[in-house]
Amino acid sequence: MTTTPPPPQGFATQTTGEAPGGAPPGRKDARGRFRRRTADAKARLSSPWASGIAIVIAILWTIPTLGLFITSFRPSGDIRADGWWNVLRTPRFTLDNYRDALAGSTNMTEYFVNSIAITLPAVVIPISIALLAAYAFAWIEFPGRNTLFVAVFALQIVPIQITMIPLLSQYNTWGLAGSFWAVWLSHSIFALPLAIFLLHNFMKDIPPSLIEAARVDGAGHVKIFFKVLLPLLVPAIAAFAIFQFLWVWNDLLVALVFAGGPDVRPLTVFIAELAGTRGQTWHLLSAGAFISMVIPVIVFLSLQRYFVRGLLAGSVKG
Amino acid sequence: MEFLDNTRAWLAYLWAPVSTWLLRPDGAGHKFLLMAVAIILFVVVMGLILLMVDRGRRLPTWVVTLAFVGPAVAFLGFGLVYPAVRTIYASFFNRNGQEFIGLDNYVRAFTQSEFQIVLRNTALWVILVPLVATLIGLVYAVVVDRTRFERVAKTLVFLPMSISMVGAGIIWRFMYEFRQEGATQTGLLNQVLVWLGLQPKQFLMDTPENTFFLIAVMVWIQAGFAMTILAAAIRAIPDDIVEAARLDGLTGIRMFRYITVPSIRPALVVVLTTIAMATLKVFDIVRTMTAGNYQTSVVANEFYTQSFRARDAGFGASLAVILFILVIPIVIYNVRQMRLAEEIR
Amino acid sequence: MRTTRNRGLTAVAAGGFALALTLAACTPPPEDSPAGPGDDGDRDLAEGCEAFEQYGDLSGTSVSVYTSITAPEDQPHIDSYTEFERCTGADIVYDGSREFEAQLPVRVQAGNPPDIAYIPQPGLLQTIVRDFPDAVVPVGDLAESNVDEYYDPSWKEYGTVDGTYYATPLGANVKSFVWYSPDAFADAGYEIPETWDELLALSDQIVDDGGTPWCVGIESGDATGWPATDWLEDVMLRTAGPEVYDQWVDHEIPFNDPAVAEALAAVGEILKNEDYVNAGFGDVRSIASTPFTDAGFPILDGECWMHRQASFYAANWESADPDVQVGENGDVFAFYLPGATTDESPLLGGGEFVAAFDERPEVQAFQAFLTSPEWVNAKIPEHPDGGWVSANRGQDMELYASPIDRLSAELLADDDAVFRFDASDLMPGEVGSNSFWTEMVNWIANDKPDQDVLDDIEASWP
Repeated sequence: MTTTPPPPQGFATQTTGEAPGGAPPGRKDARGRFRRRTADAKARLSSPWASGIAIVIAILWTIPTLGLFITSFRPSGDIRADGWWNVLRTPRFTLDNYRDALAGSTNMTEYFVNSIAITLPAVVIPISIALLAAYAFAWIEFPGRNTLFVAVFALQIVPIQITMIPLLSQYNTWGLAGSFWAVWLSHSIFALPLAIFLLHNFMKDIPPSLIEAARVDGAGHVKIFFKVLLPLLVPAIAAFAIFQFLWVWNDLLVALVFAGGPDVRPLTVFIAELAGTRGQTWHLLSAGAFISMVIPVIVFLSLQRYFVRGLLAGSVKG
Repeated sequence: MEFLDNTRAWLAYLWAPVSTWLLRPDGAGHKFLLMAVAIILFVVVMGLILLMVDRGRRLPTWVVTLAFVGPAVAFLGFGLVYPAVRTIYASFFNRNGQEFIGLDNYVRAFTQSEFQIVLRNTALWVILVPLVATLIGLVYAVVVDRTRFERVAKTLVFLPMSISMVGAGIIWRFMYEFRQEGATQTGLLNQVLVWLGLQPKQFLMDTPENTFFLIAVMVWIQAGFAMTILAAAIRAIPDDIVEAARLDGLTGIRMFRYITVPSIRPALVVVLTTIAMATLKVFDIVRTMTAGNYQTSVVANEFYTQSFRARDAGFGASLAVILFILVIPIVIYNVRQMRLAEEIR
Repeated sequence: MRTTRNRGLTAVAAGGFALALTLAACTPPPEDSPAGPGDDGDRDLAEGCEAFEQYGDLSGTSVSVYTSITAPEDQPHIDSYTEFERCTGADIVYDGSREFEAQLPVRVQAGNPPDIAYIPQPGLLQTIVRDFPDAVVPVGDLAESNVDEYYDPSWKEYGTVDGTYYATPLGANVKSFVWYSPDAFADAGYEIPETWDELLALSDQIVDDGGTPWCVGIESGDATGWPATDWLEDVMLRTAGPEVYDQWVDHEIPFNDPAVAEALAAVGEILKNEDYVNAGFGDVRSIASTPFTDAGFPILDGECWMHRQASFYAANWESADPDVQVGENGDVFAFYLPGATTDESPLLGGGEFVAAFDERPEVQAFQAFLTSPEWVNAKIPEHPDGGWVSANRGQDMELYASPIDRLSAELLADDDAVFRFDASDLMPGEVGSNSFWTEMVNWIANDKPDQDVLDDIEASWP
């Protein structure tokens, strides 16, 4: 009476046919293809035009950041005196900007902890809610489905600023104002329209035949969602998770409004304040900006690998 | 009655330390624990909802739908729809919401001498940023796809996304900074002009091209987003299509034009739409770099300025409503695309 | 099977809980007995705490303070409260934000205000009091009697809205200063001008000697333009006089009144004169793109001679060169922006005001403390490099480390000086922190004609 009923036959073959790690069918010869396509790509890139374009874009995109990076190690007097590209002519480097930024009025590790404590739930919660909603919009027939979806999609345009007063007064009534809960809730709400829109689009790319097959085998929506769709969506989820992570990590506005005192404030608030009341210490900002970039870059680098692998696994279309 | 009162008092007495623990975390360990509690609590609640749906045999569709869509709709209704409706309502009132003034705020917006320029700028932003960022992201994704340097190359273009708006503001200050002719230039672009033997230029002040220099900042940030999503889509193109095209003799630009782009069309629509939406809302760049001066303002910046600097809530609300209206073309375009996709399916 | 047993267990647990609750409910829970104010009357006052006795014992309480003053200037504030915290036992939770002006009304409207806010503009105080009646608590008796005793009545006036006294003064600054290099002036044989005409004559002489007299910058992020409004206000006080200035602030004369046009033209004689500006930065337009924080720095290189900016600019020199000496015989110093004649010495200035949003005794006590000479005298030594001034007349002038701060404090305390508050801070937000700023930027960057500028600002007056 407590054992779960055995999964329907067709469904079972579908899932057990997968490679460990939840990759879908079709994975097996993906690897062979990959090798072949890599060879093709090498041939393609030997085209000087393609390499030229890639190099130009990469340089254009990196120069501004490089400038900031070099600037962050220069004494404030030098920053004003000449451009960072002259750094080799006057090679004076200092860690003062970093020291001063880190030795600000409050312990910086606390802001780091706050940023992490804010970010993780603010990524997990909206993605979970959005996954469920996106599934319904993509695969459950219900009256008014398209209208509702378009409405949710259009809500992306609501500026966060107009929600500040109504949300804050509500949190106040609930006694949540200024706590982590208020920040988590707000981030989750603001992320939902885009999350639903993106995940819905990914979900619709999944061949209907897979869902149909599972349905015919008697699987309910919950089972289809967890057993068929979720494994296929790993790359899409990873992709959105990266962006949601970045947006939350770099967010200043929500933090300013909903994160009460210094106990809850994330790193961005601390860095924005580094400029000083009258903007006279803005050279510290360059160091501060780099400190706050560290975690996002690490997250991107570590997720990127996973992300690319996941996407290959998802290439089952057609 | 005393019994009930005591029960209530006991519950309050027992709840007090719990709520303190939940609301006022103290120290890093406590914060991380609270974070875990929040995630677990959330997962448990969602799990319970789904479990109930799954267990209930032959539940009507609306119950299942509600379980899936309900949480999202509740969050959105509370957090976005209600404030949006309030804003629409407020846009018909005066600066502190105490006097009904009909459409006066809208009349004021459209009769202001500078508002035509604001609308023109907004149009430029919302057309150029998505197109240019997507084009660059796409081209880059194609040319670095499966090369030896792919990871490094992608990281370089992705980097701007990981910088906060505050950081981006400083970075581009170092690019556009102006010093008079003859003085040492501290802005890279002006230094380049000087090296080329040209006059230094006030990049942010010379209208109308200054709007394009601001747009460049947003493109710089968003290209990484386009690149990441499109690179993923390119990888998902079925190999047989590529093979077949190759057998037909397609290479290089024609392969790009006739195979790559059509195959990733849905992803392109998603990227264009997302960037367009983000662009309509963005005001930080304009606000930190020119504060909307020198004819560079956009609707979102005007909205912010009126609501929070001039403290004219009614006028600010009407500008937010204009933003809502500006998004309608994007919504219609997407609905069309959705219909097309449905037909193909 | 397992489920059945689980059910049994659950039932037992639930029953036990219910029983416990039933038993418990027969007796009320133990009362919390926090150390309420005054319940340990025999507490000895800590050493040196005599001046704090009047505030009573505030142990276990806390006061939240929300301000626009952020790092690094926040630390002197936080440090100046330590005695209050030690002696009364209250905990002061300081929170500074650069977005203060935008966020305070949001928090007030949402019903989540801080206990105390430092408001830098009386105009913002008026808006909050009028838009959200009952949000701001009128100043308590102790604080009000302090203000009556230690401050010029005009300072009480700025914190009064519609006849009720709402906010007490905190810091002050004097804006009518021109920064210069004493060494360079001595070398060139220039005298410090004492009338407006002498100032213009000096400027001409510098031009004749091949220099560019003025360096100006009005860029300030999203508040770009405010330093230009200070110029107009300072000159307005000199060309039109304090009475007309007051009418202008209260909108009894329109913004495009001929008196204002005259003042703007006088400002234009300097700011829009290609010979006079913009030393070290470029042409007239470069004024709009030069950060006000950096605008005075060419003085250090000898490229520029004069820079008009408030007393707080003293703290900025350090970021150009950490070894800069500010003083009459140092690298830089400031002279008073002269009046039309030597008999007139109008003074433009600004300051912050303390508004309370709660009536709790610790909040009232803290507000009163901030009006006391004890606090001012504790605050001044926190600024060894200068940059902070009070208008409190109970202060000890000897404490000022910076000669400019001391000069400012003396000017503020001088009964003969005609002090006027920064007009843009008094005007409604639509003008004072919006159209006034942006139109001054247009005036400089796009060479918008004087009359159009004034007409457009007048049109934006609510």
